[in-house]
Amino acid sequence: MKTFIKLDWLSVLIVLLLVAMGWATIYSTTLAEVNANIFDISKLYGKQLLWIGLGVFLVVLVLSVEAKFYQGFASIIYIVALLALLGLPFFGKTIAGQTAWYSFGSFSIQPAEFVKVAAALAIAKYLTGINVSLKNFKNQFQVLLLMLLPMALIMLQPDAGSALIYLAFIFPLYREGLPSFYLIVGTLAVTIFLTSIKFGAVYVSGIILAILFLLLYIKRKQKPNYFLFIAIAALCIGFSFSANLMFDKLLQPHHKDRFEIILGMKSDPSGAEYNTYHSKVAIGSGGFSGKGWLQGTQTTGRYVPEQHTDYIFSAVGEEWGFLGSSIVILLFCSLMLRLWFLAERQKSNFSRIYGYSVVGILFFHFFVNIGMVLGVFPTVGIPLPFFSYGGSGLWGMLILIFIFLKFDAKRMD
Amino acid sequence: MRKALPIILISLVAFIFIGRLAYLQLVDDSYKEAAIDFSTKKVYDYPQRGYVFDRKGKLLVANQPAYDVMAVPLDVQAFDTLAFAKVLNITPERLKQQLERAWVYSPRLPSIITPQLTKKEYAYLQEQLHKYDGFYIQKRQLRDYQTEHGANFLGYIAEVNQRDLDQKPYYQSGDLIGRQGVESQYEELLRGIRGVKYYQRDNFNRNIGSYENGSFDTISEKGKDLTLTIDIDLQAYGEKLMKNKRGGIVAIQPSSGEILSLVTAPNYDPDELVGRKRSRNYTRMWYDSISKPLYDRGLQAMYPPGSPFKVFTGLAALQEEVVGLNEKFSCYGGYSYGRSARMGCHAHSSPVEMISGIAYSCNSYFAQVYRRTIEKYETPQLGIETWSKHMKSFGLGGFLGYDLPVGRRGRIPDSTYYNRAYPTNKWYATATLSNAIGQGEVETTPIQLANAISAVANRGWFYRPHILKEMNGNPIKDSVYTVKNKTTINEKYFEPIIEGMHDVYKYGTARFLNVEGIEICGKTGTAENFIRIDGERMQLTDHSIFVAFAPKENPEIAIAVFVENGGYGARYAGRIASLMVEKYLKGNITRTDLEQWILSNSLEEEYAKPYSGEPFKINQ
Repeated sequence: MKTFIKLDWLSVLIVLLLVAMGWATIYSTTLAEVNANIFDISKLYGKQLLWIGLGVFLVVLVLSVEAKFYQGFASIIYIVALLALLGLPFFGKTIAGQTAWYSFGSFSIQPAEFVKVAAALAIAKYLTGINVSLKNFKNQFQVLLLMLLPMALIMLQPDAGSALIYLAFIFPLYREGLPSFYLIVGTLAVTIFLTSIKFGAVYVSGIILAILFLLLYIKRKQKPNYFLFIAIAALCIGFSFSANLMFDKLLQPHHKDRFEIILGMKSDPSGAEYNTYHSKVAIGSGGFSGKGWLQGTQTTGRYVPEQHTDYIFSAVGEEWGFLGSSIVILLFCSLMLRLWFLAERQKSNFSRIYGYSVVGILFFHFFVNIGMVLGVFPTVGIPLPFFSYGGSGLWGMLILIFIFLKFDAKRMD
Repeated sequence: MRKALPIILISLVAFIFIGRLAYLQLVDDSYKEAAIDFSTKKVYDYPQRGYVFDRKGKLLVANQPAYDVMAVPLDVQAFDTLAFAKVLNITPERLKQQLERAWVYSPRLPSIITPQLTKKEYAYLQEQLHKYDGFYIQKRQLRDYQTEHGANFLGYIAEVNQRDLDQKPYYQSGDLIGRQGVESQYEELLRGIRGVKYYQRDNFNRNIGSYENGSFDTISEKGKDLTLTIDIDLQAYGEKLMKNKRGGIVAIQPSSGEILSLVTAPNYDPDELVGRKRSRNYTRMWYDSISKPLYDRGLQAMYPPGSPFKVFTGLAALQEEVVGLNEKFSCYGGYSYGRSARMGCHAHSSPVEMISGIAYSCNSYFAQVYRRTIEKYETPQLGIETWSKHMKSFGLGGFLGYDLPVGRRGRIPDSTYYNRAYPTNKWYATATLSNAIGQGEVETTPIQLANAISAVANRGWFYRPHILKEMNGNPIKDSVYTVKNKTTINEKYFEPIIEGMHDVYKYGTARFLNVEGIEICGKTGTAENFIRIDGERMQLTDHSIFVAFAPKENPEIAIAVFVENGGYGARYAGRIASLMVEKYLKGNITRTDLEQWILSNSLEEEYAKPYSGEPFKINQ
């Protein structure tokens, strides 16, 4: 009972709101008959209602377990999770080319959605170990390994989107002292890569040189290490010139299309851009206040493919307009900021680091999914938490968050 | 910093997303239009195509309903292909093929599956159609011809092809568009403007009322009724006279430039190109490459004009003042102008001056005045340029600019033309001497010649010939057709020439064709011509040519008649011209024997000669 009293009810409220809005949107995108029964579990909206009900049960279960259990069994949970991924090629079910599910009768479970929880626990556990410091290269490497193992196994399914989520652990790692160097290099690499593809290496190199001279000029009185500056610039320019080559040789044609569309180098509304285009049409036609629930012409007309899963935000945009979709974005934001605040107030290192991971994972889902639906991020198949149809995704996200809320409720013990 | 960076990142992303939403939902309107496009069903209201009348108000072209079976591929549910094909009266393969084509055109837009069912087929289909989702019937208008004549200038309507769809965004697959003639020229007036109603569809694909209370709907606008300058009775008579012959007749009202009749032979009944039989008939006529019924000889055939051209040779000579009106030239059965060069002439009384030269059509006379015209200038180049300018001022040697979609330039050679033919630029008037008598390099279309004669009848000017008289009962006021085009010949020089043309009927080459009670002027023409069959050039029987206008004062009709391989000018063309003028001015024919001769004589045997493979004789 104590747990329930001390639970952060603000977070719970936001989660409840998002789940409720999520289900309403799923209903709108999957409704196909006139006299609908929302409890009809042969329909997707009925099933989702069942997942939500079972999710509540899971939440109660998660909250009932001793907080110490999660810390104590973190390694074992992690190993079990990896085994679950390893077993997929042998016992898994293949849907649309991805072997990502275990099927039990008519229901399927997607382990990748739960492995995130295990990885978050394992990384928190590792970082709380004695003498572990992220300044230390050996520790950096080991924690990277913890991330890469599940990531690699998920890539094998293959499910690039779910694998991408493991970048979310940048959040706890950075917060726990990972040198900024990695972040700077990463950001720089992505920036140079994208600008080189869009504007060409010559142009980008010019800018790099300009920045180099500017920096040297500003720092001229401090006797800068000229050799270091020039070496970095040379590396950047070299990377810029190899960017197009990498882009052509390493990426699959359909991945290249996605980049080129986002960078505005290609337009193909009836081909590679089909989903994004129809998603934008649905959102754009929503206007300020939307067309109303179940009234979206694009949503009810099923013009956006995968609208009940990855593209569900387009239905929010069409039916609830600028107002409704902004509220959804602000709700996600509030949840993340609230959880971040909760993480910061943890006394135990383990629960704090875990909290950072929760926010990181939430953020990546939110950023990649809505970015894709709004046409500002390349197409990557990642579900929007609480909104996209699917039991595993919902349960994984609820477990992830409520383990942390359990920690938070017990932080004074 | 490490504490704040994630907070900043989260807030920044939220800010970007809301900004992006604002752009998509509040700023950019294009998505709203796209959404309407995708989620509404457009039902078109095709207006009545405008009617076409002749100059006396006789209805020529009306409309009849036809029913197209349409399909929106995305809406088509699985159905019994065999049964439906039977209902549509097509093979199941054809039905599948049509549906595949519709998919390729657009999954969401309607395409025609079977076009133009009759009323009876429609009645049966209507009972069955509810069983087949995604199919519906679109009512359309087809042309209903009230006349069997004038197919060449009336044109026809047909389904738009891919090129129309690419070039003219107004049209959609299955729409009808005017082809050839008036239907094509005045397509935009005749078709009117299509109306559209938007219906919103729910996800069960039912219409759930009009979209946005019909604020996007438009009302159709009826096509304009057109009155043509054509006299359909004269047209019909011309076509009757031209039966079993090839060639063209163009009659123009000189005072207005209105085309009174535009006959081409052989022709076809416009009804042959209506509805489902159109494509079969069209293909048949398209492949008839010998008699070419789809070829409008009145507008498109370039013939050597022959002797009628002497009228213009004479006018140019008078304008250039190289010959006196009474100056006499002897004709020794021809004109020798070089060591062995000689232009022949037929037997007639000699000597001749301008007026009798025209009346007798003396080659020698016109060869000499032509030569003087050219040689008046320092170089033959300058001479030809001057002459060419005079000829072109009659509308010869270039597109006339009439309001029908086909035509040819004809040919009036200039100095560039001969400089190209003689690369040393050493050529003299004598090399071009055949131009004097309308042979050689000169070529005209029948309408060009009719127009030029109309300019003679007007004593020096013409209105551009045109076929549209009124739109919805209001006379057209297009300045292109209401501004006088002046020729370069002084008015006073026309009188002697016209006198000569009058004498053609009095004692000249057409004296037996004079029409009682009508002061008629004319000129015969006989033109040598050649064809090439399998690479072999052979001469055929001369073309019979005639131009005329009447009455002499205040002329009401100017006419040019070309009869391919009809022999000397007065034989076929002269008779036909004379009958046409009488028909137009008097309304009835007094010389039934003359009429009977034309109606009973056929040139089909003559046309068959070169293709028979046997040696044949010409000009018999």
